[in-house]
Amino acid sequence: MEQQCINVIQTMAPCLTSSGVDPGLAQFISILIGVVLVALFPLVLVILLIWMERKVAARVQDRLGPNRVGPFGLFQNIADALKLIIKEDITPAGADRTIFNLAPIIATLSTTMMWAVIPFSPVNIGVDLSIGVLYFTAIGSIGTLAIMMAGWSSNNKYALLGAFRVVAALVSYEVPMVLALLVPVMIAGTLSMQSLVVAQQGMWFIVPAFVSALLFYISNLAETGRAPFDLIEAESELVAGYNIEYSGMKFGLFMANEFMHAFTANLLFAVIFLGGWSGPGATEVPLLGFIYLFLKTGALYIPSLILRATVPRVRIDQMMGFNWKFLVPVAIVNVVVVAFLLQVTKALGIAPVPGETDFLANLPQALVLFVGNLLTIAVALEMIRRFGRQARSETSGAAVVIAEAHDVPSAAH
Amino acid sequence: MSVVNEWAFIGVFMALAWVFPATPLLVSWIFRPRRANAIKMQTYECGVETVGDTWVQFKVQYYIYGLVFLVFDVELIFLFPWAMAYNQLDFFAFAAGLLFIFLLTDALIYAWRKNALEWA
Repeated sequence: MEQQCINVIQTMAPCLTSSGVDPGLAQFISILIGVVLVALFPLVLVILLIWMERKVAARVQDRLGPNRVGPFGLFQNIADALKLIIKEDITPAGADRTIFNLAPIIATLSTTMMWAVIPFSPVNIGVDLSIGVLYFTAIGSIGTLAIMMAGWSSNNKYALLGAFRVVAALVSYEVPMVLALLVPVMIAGTLSMQSLVVAQQGMWFIVPAFVSALLFYISNLAETGRAPFDLIEAESELVAGYNIEYSGMKFGLFMANEFMHAFTANLLFAVIFLGGWSGPGATEVPLLGFIYLFLKTGALYIPSLILRATVPRVRIDQMMGFNWKFLVPVAIVNVVVVAFLLQVTKALGIAPVPGETDFLANLPQALVLFVGNLLTIAVALEMIRRFGRQARSETSGAAVVIAEAHDVPSAAH
Repeated sequence: MSVVNEWAFIGVFMALAWVFPATPLLVSWIFRPRRANAIKMQTYECGVETVGDTWVQFKVQYYIYGLVFLVFDVELIFLFPWAMAYNQLDFFAFAAGLLFIFLLTDALIYAWRKNALEWA
């Protein structure tokens, strides 16, 4: 009996059936309630996220941020949402109305649906799909489609240009992201999100898959349109990018989705590389696991907010070059190095048996992989340093030529 | 949960994921003012009326990136089963995977040498 009380959602179907409800209906009701809980959670959370983002950005810029509506300005975003709801909604003449109206809904849908496979605690997960990792990468790329729909249907040149740029950048950064995901999958031997967390009971994957974690973090910054990759809304060049023609609540959905997506990306990072809900006592008290997961996510999310408020934006050619000429080669080398080292540790007999939850048993293999990762980073950094030096010397040469042509003293003289 | 129930969950989730964002839009549709006029509905531009058609042929570079991405994404799907079973695989499987990744790298180097990765 006690066992049944741990997870109300999972035991609801048998309970309802035993009290005389049709089994199919009981199953449906339990699924429906689970879905509503999981899907509403990010939508409610986003109100808090936007407040947090504004507060952090304000502190970085030596301002106070929202502080009038409610305690610490907490209700500011509810007021903003009300304002957006009663604002006039303008669909520009010549826009493709159906696609124009669908785009914000699909954007939100793609982010919300990622939450279906996130394990919140040992027993609380929307659904533990056996292909969870593939599922969230696939669902995540629907967001790219929504941006293209928004940009194309607006019938606005800025919007279209922004959408083209964003889609080119997003599909590019998906390649290192998925390549980075191969490594945890290889170590854990599973694609299910819950099993990935269970596989990290002995050792968080950030140690044996350090390069992957970095790649995943960087490409997620780009995927979610965060600085320094926030070309999605290059205000100064593209006015606002793909959502320029949107107003009222449709714009609000796009904005809320952006914050939600950024948080979701960090949540996935915490699940895949930082052990998700794992921590002392999490298996006994599921609520603790939930708290651990969100503490870990917060520890990642707040630095990303500070990063956003600090760094300047890169150019689109630099962004694409950085991806295809640095991240993708590094990701490929990383997969090969890890695959090789996994075979080596297996041959040496220091690989832990699958499902080993002891820290010390996992340590030798993790250390070997960590050293391999550090070597990969060292080589990659050395190469990018040489490349950068070469690029700088070429550029300064060009600067001298231009300066001489214009007969002005250049900085190099 | 059985496999059917798992995907039933995703199905219900997808249905509701349409409903939740649509609700604020619907509420907004009820409450918002409707005072449309021709000038307000014009396409946004920088101080001038918009010139020419928006839906025109576009810079080919975007499509090239799209193609390179497609090559990688399809090949990555094939790497996932390999990665998932990697714990049980021997050195031969590593070599086979290496060969496959080499083909992937080969495509990248080809694209690189052909200047497909330059933003020109």
